Amino acid sequence: MKFMGHFFTLVRHEVRLLFIAPPTYVASVLFLLLMGFIYWAILRSMTLMPQDTSSISQFFSLFWLPVFFTVPLLTMRSIAEEKNQATLQILFSAPIPTYAIVLSKFFAAYLLYVILWVLTLYFPIITYNLLSDNLSNASLVDRSAILGSLLFILLSGILFIAIGIFSSSLTRSQLVAGMLCFTFLFIICIGGQQLEYATYNYFTQGSFFFESIQYVNVIRHFEDFSLGILDTRPFVFYLSISILLLSLTVNLIDSEA
Amino acid sequence: MDENISISVSGLSKSYGKVSAIKNANFQINKGEIVGLLGPNGAGKSTTMRIIGGLLNADSGTATVCGLPVADSSLAIKRKIGFMQENNPLPEDLRVMEYLKLRAELKEVDPQKISAEVRRVMDLCDLFRTARRKIIRTLSKGFKQRVGIADALIGSPEIIILDEPTIGLDPHQIQGIRNLINSLRGIYTVLISSHILSEIERNCDRVIIINHGRVVAMGTQAELSAEFINDNYLKLQVSGNSEHLIERLKSSGDEYEIAEASTSENDDCTILIKSKKALEIAHYTKMVDQISHCQLIGINLVKPDLEAIFLAATKRSWDEVRPTH
Repeated sequence: MKFMGHFFTLVRHEVRLLFIAPPTYVASVLFLLLMGFIYWAILRSMTLMPQDTSSISQFFSLFWLPVFFTVPLLTMRSIAEEKNQATLQILFSAPIPTYAIVLSKFFAAYLLYVILWVLTLYFPIITYNLLSDNLSNASLVDRSAILGSLLFILLSGILFIAIGIFSSSLTRSQLVAGMLCFTFLFIICIGGQQLEYATYNYFTQGSFFFESIQYVNVIRHFEDFSLGILDTRPFVFYLSISILLLSLTVNLIDSEA
Repeated sequence: MDENISISVSGLSKSYGKVSAIKNANFQINKGEIVGLLGPNGAGKSTTMRIIGGLLNADSGTATVCGLPVADSSLAIKRKIGFMQENNPLPEDLRVMEYLKLRAELKEVDPQKISAEVRRVMDLCDLFRTARRKIIRTLSKGFKQRVGIADALIGSPEIIILDEPTIGLDPHQIQGIRNLINSLRGIYTVLISSHILSEIERNCDRVIIINHGRVVAMGTQAELSAEFINDNYLKLQVSGNSEHLIERLKSSGDEYEIAEASTSENDDCTILIKSKKALEIAHYTKMVDQISHCQLIGINLVKPDLEAIFLAATKRSWDEVRPTH
């Protein structure tokens, strides 16, 4: 019970710190501007030629683009800055376990990440309300695509934020933490897809290596989710790596004490 | 385990790579004592304090706080210790009151009593009237130190550890912090480190001197003085024919030497006599009386100050570690 008390106190504190930190507002504004532009570009392309997939599926399929800058901006400060200013030591002087500190930083950043994505749902809602009621605008709020895509965003967000927190624990410099986070995110988001392309002709479908490469392909996970295919394997993939990274973060911080 | 002992350190050692920060440190601090930890830069004071506070793991040896071993009960001992760390790191973007409330919550103060507790420590550190709504970044060094001490006092822990609480402060601020520490006497066990020897001298019941990571001296000022200062000093202030007095002192054949002799603008002379043997005031009063045109203004035995003890104790430890050729 004491852990939960500390945890909620720290999450409140971390959210407050995030809301008074300029990088949070930079990340939010850039994120919403970019996503607004992307949604507008998708709608515009749909007016020019017929599309196979719904606007919302196309919109969320570019999830990796804002992730590359939003996640580093939201997480780079979390541990690196506290290490730099030695304020992490203040937290350690109170009876709080290290994992409560790390988890609170993780949840605060994750909360903001989720809020930003939920705000993007206003784009289809606004468009839906602006257009006259007909068959085509029903596809703007395709519920199965929205739910599937959003579930993927929430699930993959756990891993992305965990990567950000882990990167922040590796250094005392916010800038280096941000760059490390970007690199890791790039590898995890694009690496799987590129690996699949590069090895497509070498492994037969259904073989262990083929399945393994598909297992780490984040883009493919999104495609499945947006089509409403809920497989347990991506859940294991994202949650297990997130837990591993957060555990490593706890150990790193403890080892420096 | 003696219930009267707050902190006990036994065979404590800690190294950073090849550099040994503490070597086999042993000491005990009783309940309600204000103890000063003295030592040159890099002597191992902060490392010792951080190990006691559960912020750092020792390589070997044991530290117990209120009977609890620090290594096994790090969270439990943190409930018993209020720790103001070296350089007093504080979250710059928070207001003083917000910060202290957060600390009270994290230190498990009863939620119903948090406001009262924060008010109590702010009053104690003279923060409520002037600084409670200020953003920490905008505070002067002295007020930041007060916030650090207020943080350490929150929740009324049994032990307060203050690592260099007066560093970088002006004399007024130092006096304020000194009065604050004195007000803690008898209520808390206080372990305080400082480079300012006069602070330790005025505030502390007992002193632990650390050099090269080893405890080189420990005790009250009188005990340390007896251990490290072998010489006795007597100060004579005379006016008039002081040259004759000096000649008489030099030729008397007693086992002493004149450590210092200076004459002020109004021809008053101050003579400092140093001897291995006890110096008697009456003997020297009589000697001055016997010299014509020489009047005694003042005479007193000089008590060695902490600076002299500190220098003697650290010098001895330097001599011990210096390689012999």
